[in-house]
Amino acid sequence: MQHVDVKQPTPPTDDNRWKLLHGKMRKHGIGRSSLIETLHDVQDIFGYLDEDALQFVAGTLHVPLSRVYGVATFYHFFNLRPQGEHTCVICTGTACHIKGAEQLIDRVSELADVEPGETSEDGKVSLVTARCIGACGIAPAGVFDGEVVGKLDAEKIDANIRRWLNAEE
Amino acid sequence: MLRNDELREVAEKELQFRDDKDQCIFVCNAASCQSNQGLQVIEALEQSVKDHDLQERVCVKGAGCLGLCAEGPLVLIKPGDTMYQQVAPGDAEEIVSRLSEAPVDRLICDTDAPFFTNQTKIVLENSGRIDPERIEDYLAADGYEALETAVTQMSPGEVIDEISDSGLRGRGGAGYPTGLKWSTVSIAEDDQKFVVCNGDEGDPGAFMDRSILESDPHRVLEGMAIAGCAVGADKGYLYVRAEYPLAIDRLRTAIKRARRYNLLGNSILGTPFNFHIEIRLGAGAFVCGEETALLASIEGRQGRPRPRPPYPAEYGLWGHPTLINNVETFANVAPIIRNGSGWYSEIGTEDSKGTKVFAMAGSVKNTGLIEVPMGITLREIIFDIGKGLPEGSSFKAVQTGGPSGGCVPEQYLDMPVDYESLKEAGSIMGSGGMIVLDESSDMVDVAKFFVEFCKSESCGKCIPCRVGTAQMYDLLDKITEDNATQADLDLLGDLCDVVQNTSLCGLGQTAPQPVISTLEYFREEYTAHLQDGNGKVNLDQLEDK
Repeated sequence: MQHVDVKQPTPPTDDNRWKLLHGKMRKHGIGRSSLIETLHDVQDIFGYLDEDALQFVAGTLHVPLSRVYGVATFYHFFNLRPQGEHTCVICTGTACHIKGAEQLIDRVSELADVEPGETSEDGKVSLVTARCIGACGIAPAGVFDGEVVGKLDAEKIDANIRRWLNAEE
Repeated sequence: MLRNDELREVAEKELQFRDDKDQCIFVCNAASCQSNQGLQVIEALEQSVKDHDLQERVCVKGAGCLGLCAEGPLVLIKPGDTMYQQVAPGDAEEIVSRLSEAPVDRLICDTDAPFFTNQTKIVLENSGRIDPERIEDYLAADGYEALETAVTQMSPGEVIDEISDSGLRGRGGAGYPTGLKWSTVSIAEDDQKFVVCNGDEGDPGAFMDRSILESDPHRVLEGMAIAGCAVGADKGYLYVRAEYPLAIDRLRTAIKRARRYNLLGNSILGTPFNFHIEIRLGAGAFVCGEETALLASIEGRQGRPRPRPPYPAEYGLWGHPTLINNVETFANVAPIIRNGSGWYSEIGTEDSKGTKVFAMAGSVKNTGLIEVPMGITLREIIFDIGKGLPEGSSFKAVQTGGPSGGCVPEQYLDMPVDYESLKEAGSIMGSGGMIVLDESSDMVDVAKFFVEFCKSESCGKCIPCRVGTAQMYDLLDKITEDNATQADLDLLGDLCDVVQNTSLCGLGQTAPQPVISTLEYFREEYTAHLQDGNGKVNLDQLEDK
């Protein structure tokens, strides 16, 4: 492989997580084809992709910032804004749709005072809608902080969301 | 370095380990059952085994998908094949204490029911019966035997012939003959070739690939390695959705283990054949299921398709010849090499050989994952295997092929399921999503749902798809809001034609399919929403029907 002698950008802050990120990037190989893998790592480590991170990735991989931004916004999986303390994903796949996913979204929206795709003002809950989480056998389904919950109904939603809202009060 | 005989030793040791036990308890540990406390059930069973001091005689294993998601978590006890359903952690004590007695009646899952007896399992043969995180389990189930045969006893041409003779066709939906694709890549002249596994299962309502990857990851790796050996590639990429974290974890583990056993890496099984597999994560773009978009994504770019030809088989990843097959296609490869093409081509119909895995969901009692021989009828799938619709609902249509497919109405229920018949009925085989709709489903709403999906997933590169799907959506919205006239409905029909015939890639070309099929079979539901000359909507027409 050709050795490219280009100055590496310095991390924007002395946060140790940048070092962790750089380590992971070296593992994938520093190159433009690792861009998507790298953005996944940034999101894993920081929770979302902010401008500092996009600049750092662009500089390290020697990819124009415009392309990094283009890729980050093309794919739905990447968040460009910080997520709430808790994340509620409601699946809107076909099986969930015909079993009333819309009403479930409205329910979360009302309880946590948050619009789909947004984070509540107090920063507690993000409401995400997913295209299909592949849990059609137990539709309608959702994911509450990483935990898949099947056969969702208003009651299960209430229990999960209230647990979040009432915590630390 | 491991030799073939040592590999068999590992398998035999594993079989011996199981023989030494009186019983093995397999607990479904795929995503659906995990969400129903599957992991806690495993822990509770392990604890009970300890409490009864049975560790020497009973083993508890987390296994892959046992299929009947509706009744999970499922527990299978071998030997004897007793299956329990809806097991809670609290049931563990009773299950373990009665291992050597009559089974626990209230938890019994009837394995003599058509759900189990009417299936033919090839791709899912190990699913739920091995621990997907242990390569030893896969080896004990004849795993990697086909790879060994392919690299030590067969020439690449013989491997390709075997696949061609089997009649296997692409399971991603289009049904292109797999052997033909392999041979195109194998004759392409280049020092560098690639094998790519398409695990970007983005259709809403489909979870076959997720289950295969979660339940039996080595099977897919083995299929890819055999393909690499046949076409002359030394590098493979497995593209999998980031939305499937459990599948990703298990694949990572599987690749590590396979490398340790020298079943992947350099000089596989002491031969000159090298093959490396890398995982690439999707990032939530449905269009990446299209092969040229998928390649762009692996290269780290936005997933936008390009015109074909040139096809990836000649000009793929970074310009090199690239073989792209779907997860289920690769999962069929090892059994074909192991049992021969003759065995495989006995199953299925004249033009569609083998089996197909379907993810059955919607208004049906037995939701879950099934594998059936090609040629079975939709009625057998939905009413025998699926046990019909829940009490009080009646069948209206079955949606296959997701956003690229259509809704098949009752009159086609006795049609055999194969690539050609489904196409004739206005739908497609697709990757295997099957959603049963009952009389409460509004077909215009179903069509609108899929068009909204395609509109939002359109990559925006070509105008017919970008603008056409948006216009189609607006018209459908107008119809469902009762603001449309006959002229709007005619325009919708015309638009379907334009988008279908002028879009660049499969996403746009097939996006109108849900509208076309519902217009054909359920036109009255559209016209019922239309305004008459006086601006009035006559919904009574529908009720009269």
